[in-house]
Amino acid sequence: MSDGVAVALEPPRRTFLNHRTGLLGWILSTDHKRIGILYMTSMIGFFCLGMILGLMIRLEMLTPGRTIMSGRMYNSVFTLHGVTMIFLFVIPGLMASFGNFLLPLHIGARDVAFPRLNLLSWWLFMAGGVLIYGSLFVGEPMDTGWTFYAPYSVKTAASVSVAGLGVFFVGFSSILTGLNFVTTIHRMRCPGMTWGRMPLMCWALYTTGWLQVLATPVIGITLIMLLCERLLGVGFFDPSKGGDPILFQHMFWIYSHPAVYIMILPAMGAVSEIVPVFTRRAIYGYKYIAGSTLAIAIIGYIVWGHHMFTSGMADSARLVFSLLTFFVAIPTAIKVFNWVATMYKGSITLEVPFLYALAFIFLFMIAGFSGVVQGAIAADIHLHDTTYIVAHFHYTMFGGTGFAFFGALHHWWPKMFGRMYNRKVAKGAWLGLFIGFNLLFFPLFIMGYLGMPRRYYDYLPEYMRWHHISTLGSWIVAAGFLVMIVNLLRSFRSGSAAPANPWGATTLEWTVSSPPPVENFAKIPHVTHGPYHYEPEASG
Amino acid sequence: MERELQACPACGAGIDGADSPDVRCASCGKTLVRAEGKLAAAPDGHVELEHHDYVGGKIGMWLFLFTELLLFGGMFLIYSIYRAKYAKEFHVAALELNGGIGTLNTLLLLTSSLTVALAIAAIRRGRKGACLVYLWATVAQGVGFMINKYFEWNYKFHHGFFPWKGTSKGLGKLLMEAKITEGESTFYNLYFVMTGLHGLHVLVGVVLLAVMVGFVMRDWVRKDDYGWLENSGLYWHLVDLIWIFLFPLFYLIS
Repeated sequence: MSDGVAVALEPPRRTFLNHRTGLLGWILSTDHKRIGILYMTSMIGFFCLGMILGLMIRLEMLTPGRTIMSGRMYNSVFTLHGVTMIFLFVIPGLMASFGNFLLPLHIGARDVAFPRLNLLSWWLFMAGGVLIYGSLFVGEPMDTGWTFYAPYSVKTAASVSVAGLGVFFVGFSSILTGLNFVTTIHRMRCPGMTWGRMPLMCWALYTTGWLQVLATPVIGITLIMLLCERLLGVGFFDPSKGGDPILFQHMFWIYSHPAVYIMILPAMGAVSEIVPVFTRRAIYGYKYIAGSTLAIAIIGYIVWGHHMFTSGMADSARLVFSLLTFFVAIPTAIKVFNWVATMYKGSITLEVPFLYALAFIFLFMIAGFSGVVQGAIAADIHLHDTTYIVAHFHYTMFGGTGFAFFGALHHWWPKMFGRMYNRKVAKGAWLGLFIGFNLLFFPLFIMGYLGMPRRYYDYLPEYMRWHHISTLGSWIVAAGFLVMIVNLLRSFRSGSAAPANPWGATTLEWTVSSPPPVENFAKIPHVTHGPYHYEPEASG
Repeated sequence: MERELQACPACGAGIDGADSPDVRCASCGKTLVRAEGKLAAAPDGHVELEHHDYVGGKIGMWLFLFTELLLFGGMFLIYSIYRAKYAKEFHVAALELNGGIGTLNTLLLLTSSLTVALAIAAIRRGRKGACLVYLWATVAQGVGFMINKYFEWNYKFHHGFFPWKGTSKGLGKLLMEAKITEGESTFYNLYFVMTGLHGLHVLVGVVLLAVMVGFVMRDWVRKDDYGWLENSGLYWHLVDLIWIFLFPLFYLIS
């Protein structure tokens, strides 16, 4: 570790953080590092909004009947919570934030292939966020749930049209990021950076990029049809005009199921980066992790029907969708085996990012197992639309993507800002988040199994003690999150300066100073070995 | 002449460098820049600018075209489902569409795809004047398509065939008065939404090609740097391709 005194004597170095100042220097910058941080901060802002809404949901659920809000308002709160967290936090996710910051650094490039398009995608994302939240002020707040299911979303007086347009914008932004990253990886790898030498994060970003390009347009056209339905009354999803509301669900999930892999794959990529660093071993089964990433994407494309087992579907179709759903578990398990095998006989240091990676693996396994359970048709008939489902996707989205996001935040924070945070406090925050998370969401598995429906405003008193535990957990999560953020922000004032490579990692971003210079690499590197080159058993 | 192989100055391997100003040697991976027709090693610190990476621009454009195909793919999916459900009604409703105008528009778009391809071929040979003529011809045909569309839609509107929320007029009224069936109503709604979305793409394409006219006049698109024009041409071909599917699905199925 370098101490602050030695650094203070050096003249200030020109970095991407200080070469231009002022708000305009940020929001008009085409530097991938600045855009990554723009995404990161705006997403954390949206996360805070979503978290406040989530706390309100939990507080309302504390007692049966009315606790703090009306039933109508409750509908709007959980809808906005879902729309915020899904479209404004986990879908851009680690792809747009850390992906933007890391991808060119990882492959030895100076920027992405289309820097201006990159900036445009952030602007579209923000425009989408403004439209979604602006919809609260132009009519009644939307109350459809984040899925916008027809025919209710067609008939409700709430401002679904504006919010839907916002989601369309966010989708467009997502497409542009995907297109940009795929082109970047094809065209801008530095000399010697073969496909097999890319860090696994890049494989995740590449696969996610393809998913964004090939899945997002479907939600785009679905939302366009929904808008036509609301504004022109075309009746594609309206039975009274010969339409079919189930079709909306199909169209919606044709995008939204691949979208869950858009959310999770970059998170898995980040975990694949963190695990080798803190075990000092080359990742076990590089090719299998890269290959399983592709396999998840491909299988994930053809399982959307499992969201609709109770909506009305032919038995044969349900069987096929159920079987395909089980297949997703295979590549996911391959990843988990490889991460664990990497740790085996490694020299492990329990640094903060590694703790988050461990939490990710643990929570995501619970998520995965519960997913296989509800992928079985018979079980799903019982569990469908209960809080069991809510618990499942919070374990994947929050326990998975959320924890990976926090882990990535702690792993790359020194690289981004050149400051070390207080590790003891960070570990405390991690513990709070981990315990709070399980208290918050595990009771939902139990309640759901016992028959507590999701999205219900009122419930029978027998569920109350589970709701109490869950609400208590929500406060611990919020406290842990606050401690984590304050601790990170305090590093600007009291953190020691971070060296170029505080963790002793081997990927290219750690070869440049922290924070990186504007042009990333003074000289484009020439790569001669694989990304996880640890002694003594380094492998290529 | 243009396809002549040039040697990589770093390792001597042959490179087909005719296509772009910035290339990367396939054998040694070195980035090369083109200066006055000759390839030279890029100086240290050379930043590959986006508009210099010809192949990168092409990849990006093709990925964008995939998203467009999927956007329309969603509509075609909906179409095929209702076509299967209301086969007879679609047959009846399609008789109402004016095959003549449809055929004329198909001819216009097909020809315009040819002229935009000729424009690209012309600029690659450095024939700026010819390129401009072909581009203007393409724009004119796009505008012609939209004019035809205007008359076609206008005629439908006069007869009460237009999407309408509620039952006071338009298809909503016709459906309520049982003058058309649910299947026919779905057919017309699909017709308006799909050809409307396609029409929007035609408009975007026309604007794009008009901008390209400006680019060619200012020499921003020229013999050795025509990526913008080629990508705009690709977009125009997509617009054409979508119509090639829309035309039989709506006008010819009866």
